[in-house]
Amino acid sequence: MAAPTRDREPRQADAAPSRAPAWTARARRTVRDPAFWADWTVVVALIVLVVVFASLSDVFLTAGNVESILVASSILVVLAIGQTAVVATAGIDLSLGSILTVSSVVLGWAHAGGMGIAVACLLCVATGLLAGTINGLVVARGKITDFIVTLGMLSVAYGAALVISDGRPVRVQDQFLLTLTTGSLGPLRYNVALAALVAVLGHVVLFHTRFGTHLLATGGAPEAARAAGVDVARVKIAVYAISGLMGAIGGILLTARVGAAEPTTATTLLLNSVAAVVLGGVSLFGGRGSILGPVAGALLLTALINGLTLLAVSQFWQPIAVGLVVIVSALMMRFRR
Amino acid sequence: MAVAADPPILALRGVSKRFGAVRALTRVDLDLQAGEVVALVGDNGAGKSTLIKSVAGIHPFDEGEVRFDGEPVRITHPKDAADLGIEVVYQDLALADNLDVVQNMYLGRERHKALGVLDEESMERSARETMTALAVTTLGSVRQVVAGLSGGQRQSVAVAKAVMWNSRVVILDEPTAALGVAQTHQVLQLVRRLGDRGLAVLLVSHNLHDVFEVADRIAVLRLGQKVADLRADATSQQEVVEAITAGELADAAGTEVDAS
Ligand SMILES: Nc1ncnc2c1ncn2[C@@H]1O[C@H](COP(=O)(O)OP(=O)(O)OP(=O)(O)O)[C@@H](O)[C@H]1O
Ligand SMILES: [Mg+2]
Repeated sequence: MAAPTRDREPRQADAAPSRAPAWTARARRTVRDPAFWADWTVVVALIVLVVVFASLSDVFLTAGNVESILVASSILVVLAIGQTAVVATAGIDLSLGSILTVSSVVLGWAHAGGMGIAVACLLCVATGLLAGTINGLVVARGKITDFIVTLGMLSVAYGAALVISDGRPVRVQDQFLLTLTTGSLGPLRYNVALAALVAVLGHVVLFHTRFGTHLLATGGAPEAARAAGVDVARVKIAVYAISGLMGAIGGILLTARVGAAEPTTATTLLLNSVAAVVLGGVSLFGGRGSILGPVAGALLLTALINGLTLLAVSQFWQPIAVGLVVIVSALMMRFRR
Repeated sequence: MAVAADPPILALRGVSKRFGAVRALTRVDLDLQAGEVVALVGDNGAGKSTLIKSVAGIHPFDEGEVRFDGEPVRITHPKDAADLGIEVVYQDLALADNLDVVQNMYLGRERHKALGVLDEESMERSARETMTALAVTTLGSVRQVVAGLSGGQRQSVAVAKAVMWNSRVVILDEPTAALGVAQTHQVLQLVRRLGDRGLAVLLVSHNLHDVFEVADRIAVLRLGQKVADLRADATSQQEVVEAITAGELADAAGTEVDAS
């Protein structure tokens, strides 16, 4: 192209110096913004839930039980963050549970085949990334609805897990994985610390990087994003790859916790990941959301199940409670605008 | 205003664009000079938005030549247009509602530090400076989400976004379509100021009153062909209306149009 190269930095306007970037003013604006409160609804709901269960059960708020809630939620937190990336671009990843399963099974297969745990974990991560990238490529380049693509991947990944494992669970006994579930980093168990790290990274990427801005633009205003030169297709491929990666990390955590790689459908985890995202105030139409919200959503769902168990409510009621919480919160979200 | 001896900043020569069976543009010629505001008018479906989007690299022309500073260029991606210094304010896809003013102004070309971490402070400062330099005074915080702005504020942001870069050509697709009288006047003044700063401005509008208020030259499209190119001070609304509705077309097959 015969374009004369030009400095593409903005003109220096000879304007008056700006007022001091008063963060207090920004904080005040944030508090007045209704979207801010929509993001915090789930946190408030979580606090209410904790207070209710704490008053009904002496055990609920003990250090031991809080720790077990955190541990139990770590996988869901990681999955919810992957799901958030996709949903924020107005997509959905229905294959997230199956990707977790096939990654986990690959880990078990590699471990059983005598490869070291490092190699096994790398293969596990590569599996998740590959499946996610395929999702993204078909959605973005093939221009096929995310719903259909990831539904297909749900089946393919689960099938692959069955083929690789021959339909049987594989025991995975390994010191590294054992430490991951039982060891602690200060007061935090390693798996909880890992989930927290993923959450912090997710937050920074979403709100403080170019990629995060492009992601939100792709979800909220794809045409405007494209016109501004954002590579919308690449952003989409990236979010499905991220989701796949989160599935693989979830796979490692689950394998470590169970001590085995099982070819299950992991539907509950998938549904709960979507539920956590909805609870967390991420718009299913894309462009609006946070990381803190879905993390709180995941904690809420886990605390709910934990509390019901402590109160000796039959397990059969748990899915009903989860479903009701999701629907009610989605209804509340409808009124926020 | 425009110095005749200079080559136009942007020149289109015999550009065409089809969408399947629809001929949206047929062998159009158009020149944009520095410091000149050119209005592009025409009925619904005449091809105005199509022309703009092709110049902007959203969907390249099928045939014809685009020259920038007298040299042939190929614009096949929005980034190509941006690299040349061509900025577009779109009729329907100008801003991302879910992002704030600063994020919108820098979308696609964010200033960042290592690892793509945004340089928020510096972007915020320049955005504010640009607003001040363009005398856009109605906007409050540059950190508010665009969804909450009025139509005039949105257009001001979109225009400011277009000129914040070292742009040389600014194209506006119906910037006043949804605005009231006072806001229309504001935006038109802003458009005039762009011309006076030496930019080449192409303004698409349906409102001839607006057009005569700011334009130096008026180009008329009808059914994808340019049927008139008039100096604003040497024509009348009536003549322009006639061209829009009944301007003489070349043979429908488009075979005999001489690039004049
Ligand atoms: N993406 C597209 N696919 C198919 N046809 C298109 C596309 N974009 C425009 N057209 C057709 O090209 C022709 C010119 O449309 P265009 O939008 O450029 O008109 P316009 O002059 O901007 O009209 P308006 O004043 O209504 O904005 C119309 O017949 C339109 O239907
Ligand atoms: Mg149009």
